[in-house]
Amino acid sequence: MYTKLSRTAFAGLAAALLATAGLALPAQAANLRMAWSQDATGLDPHAQTAFSSLRLLELIYEPLVRNDTNLDVVPAIAESWEFSEDGLTLTFKLDPDAKFSDGATVTSEDVKASFERLLDEATGAAARSNFLSIASIDAPDPATVVFNLSQPDAPLLVAMASINAAVVPAKAIADGSVATTALGSGPFVLDSWEPNSREELSVNANWAGGDIAYDGITISVLPDETAILASLRAGQTDFALINDPLVATLVPNEPNLQLNAVPGLAYNVLQLNPSRSPMDNLQVRQAISCAVDRQDILDTALVGEGKVTGPLTMPAYASDPSTLFCYEQDIEKAKALMAEAGVDGFSAKVIAATGEPPVASAEAQVLQSQLAEIGINLEIELMELNVYVDRWLAGDFDMAVALNGGRTDPYPMYNRYFTKDGNLLKVSNFTDDEIDSLLQQGRVETDIAKRKEIFQQFEARLTELAPWIWLSTSNIYTAQLKTISGFESSATGTLFGLTKVTLGQ
Amino acid sequence: MNYLARRLVTFPLILLGVSLLVFFSIRMIPGDAITAMLGTEAGLLTPVQRQALAEYFGIDQPAVVQYGRWLWGVLQGDLGLSVTYGRPVLAIILERFPLTLELALLSMVIALSVGVPAGVLAATRGERPADVVVRILAMLGQSTPGFVVGLVIIYVLSVYFGFIPAMGSFASLWSDPLANLGQLIFPAVTLGFAFAASVTRISRASMLDVLSDDYIRTARAKGVPARSVVWHHALPNALIPVVTLSGVEFGYLLGGAVIVEQIFALPGLGRLTLDAIGQRDYALVQGCVLFIALNFLIVNLLVDLAYAALDPRIRLGAR
Repeated sequence: MYTKLSRTAFAGLAAALLATAGLALPAQAANLRMAWSQDATGLDPHAQTAFSSLRLLELIYEPLVRNDTNLDVVPAIAESWEFSEDGLTLTFKLDPDAKFSDGATVTSEDVKASFERLLDEATGAAARSNFLSIASIDAPDPATVVFNLSQPDAPLLVAMASINAAVVPAKAIADGSVATTALGSGPFVLDSWEPNSREELSVNANWAGGDIAYDGITISVLPDETAILASLRAGQTDFALINDPLVATLVPNEPNLQLNAVPGLAYNVLQLNPSRSPMDNLQVRQAISCAVDRQDILDTALVGEGKVTGPLTMPAYASDPSTLFCYEQDIEKAKALMAEAGVDGFSAKVIAATGEPPVASAEAQVLQSQLAEIGINLEIELMELNVYVDRWLAGDFDMAVALNGGRTDPYPMYNRYFTKDGNLLKVSNFTDDEIDSLLQQGRVETDIAKRKEIFQQFEARLTELAPWIWLSTSNIYTAQLKTISGFESSATGTLFGLTKVTLGQ
Repeated sequence: MNYLARRLVTFPLILLGVSLLVFFSIRMIPGDAITAMLGTEAGLLTPVQRQALAEYFGIDQPAVVQYGRWLWGVLQGDLGLSVTYGRPVLAIILERFPLTLELALLSMVIALSVGVPAGVLAATRGERPADVVVRILAMLGQSTPGFVVGLVIIYVLSVYFGFIPAMGSFASLWSDPLANLGQLIFPAVTLGFAFAASVTRISRASMLDVLSDDYIRTARAKGVPARSVVWHHALPNALIPVVTLSGVEFGYLLGGAVIVEQIFALPGLGRLTLDAIGQRDYALVQGCVLFIALNFLIVNLLVDLAYAALDPRIRLGAR
């Protein structure tokens, strides 16, 4: 009797297995099914900085201007803009068709209220530091906004292209609902959000940017990227974000899948701490720079996915890395520099975060073996991201393997670390008069050609002083079914290109 | 009954201890909700900005004050608000719990319906091929980590069958039982595999032990059929260690199966807790841990009660 019972149970289980394996879920033809492993962490466009949050919010909100795929500034809510002769006012004309998803027109009052919120310290907006030159904002008529600046600020316009400078409705600011409702003027409306599980977006019928060829996006959070790949392979996901280069390299093996890779603006870097001995010695830092084989790190730790870079990662300003100080590994020169410095090898600890980026510990290991060649004994301290961030912010490390965020303009990218009043000076522990002065010149110069010259000098000087050892950019990956067409990747990682996508069969 | 009452009285005390431990230990790990949200960008905040955010996240007061506030809420049935979800912690946990419970039950059904018969089979076939095969499989099951089994299942299904259980959007048992089973069966097999292996080993060992007892020899001498000796006379007594094991294992499963939930993208308690720790969502971590502890207490109580049912010689509460 007992045997019979368990046999029936077996049979039942087997049947259940077969039945579910045969289940084909009906495809929701008009929705783009997207997957990512890290969910957004919040909905306040002014406060959020996490990669996924920005990617989600870019689909819901719009800034005044945005970057196109070449990183040029193009219209979004504003249809045109103009700096005054003296560079002290910046005037925007708003697109009369721009509407929030509830149908209300986006007015200059909304823009004014949004920037005032961004500048209010109580908002806790990390991007606030990019907008400090704004002295006051005028809204002479509903379609015109005038920013009055305390000093010329060429990168301001670029900073305004970030979703951190999104325009939110003045009434949502007034009733305190910005963080909870996500009422924007972007291409999609957020219908529902279960954090760490899924998002449902539908097309915003009021969007001024044109028609979208499908009805909405369903975003699923699949925490394991191998599972994302499996889901794509099985045709259950149309489009996915991939972080792990190892998973990305597997995508092209699949006949029905396509990998989109674009070098991102973020950079992998070995941060030295020049406030600690012997990294306070210029020759020691230069020796480290010469001892490092950047291409080797890229090939081994990042499985060749990305490219060697100097401090400036944006194509418009980046120099050819081979022109920078010691970008070819030169062990002899490194040893000579160490000898000149009178340092006969030393031990140091390098901090790295587990899983953020996924390649951090691999990078640390390759660096460990490369630096061993000139007598530097690296001890790797791997720690959870939050712990790492605390240590990093306090500048409490000898060296740190980091993946630091990039910007489309050099000034906001580095003023925080390397100007004398930079608010992350504690992290870099490094100042230099010439670097400081070059950054200030770059800030006020509006002539593009002159700016390029200034920042090339900045980049050359910075790599020669070697407070940090810039290594490589990582690729930003998306993977998709080949039936999907029209997606354009961008170095900023934005998914705005999804608005041009068509779903095939 | 007296025993039951005595056990129930200890529950609040244990839970209080657990809450103290989790409350202060999570605050001892570096980082807070602000660095969890902003990462390295948190360094760009001015002190005023930081203070404003600390107020928003409710972490501006000293920990002791926070604990008092929180405990007062708990006594009134309010586990607090999750900063990630902006909703009451209890509501979120109760939303996630059915899945975790279902997965735990399903894994247990698989483990027991495979493990116990396999263990009995091995015990009655001492050292013959069937025994050896079962023992090898059990060893394999116990020593293969769950994530390997899970990934292999996903790989095999997606590469050879072009199918994987729908992930991300979870169908509840009530709304769509078939889709629900489709999503849970493979995770349950993954969890059940290791669980079944332990059950097999324990039931085999325990069965061998019981089969050498005098009363079994007596039963055999009196001519009771071999099958009846095994299933009716020996098995009930051999089950006690299996019940203990299952109780402990079930308790763990009710705490959520973090890795399997992660791989199969199931919104269960394990992932909820893990994500909450990562995001330093203190109220949610506290709520989850408290809830998991309560589950453990209840399961343990049930296990004790089951002993008495299986073996009348065990009198609960006897000193």
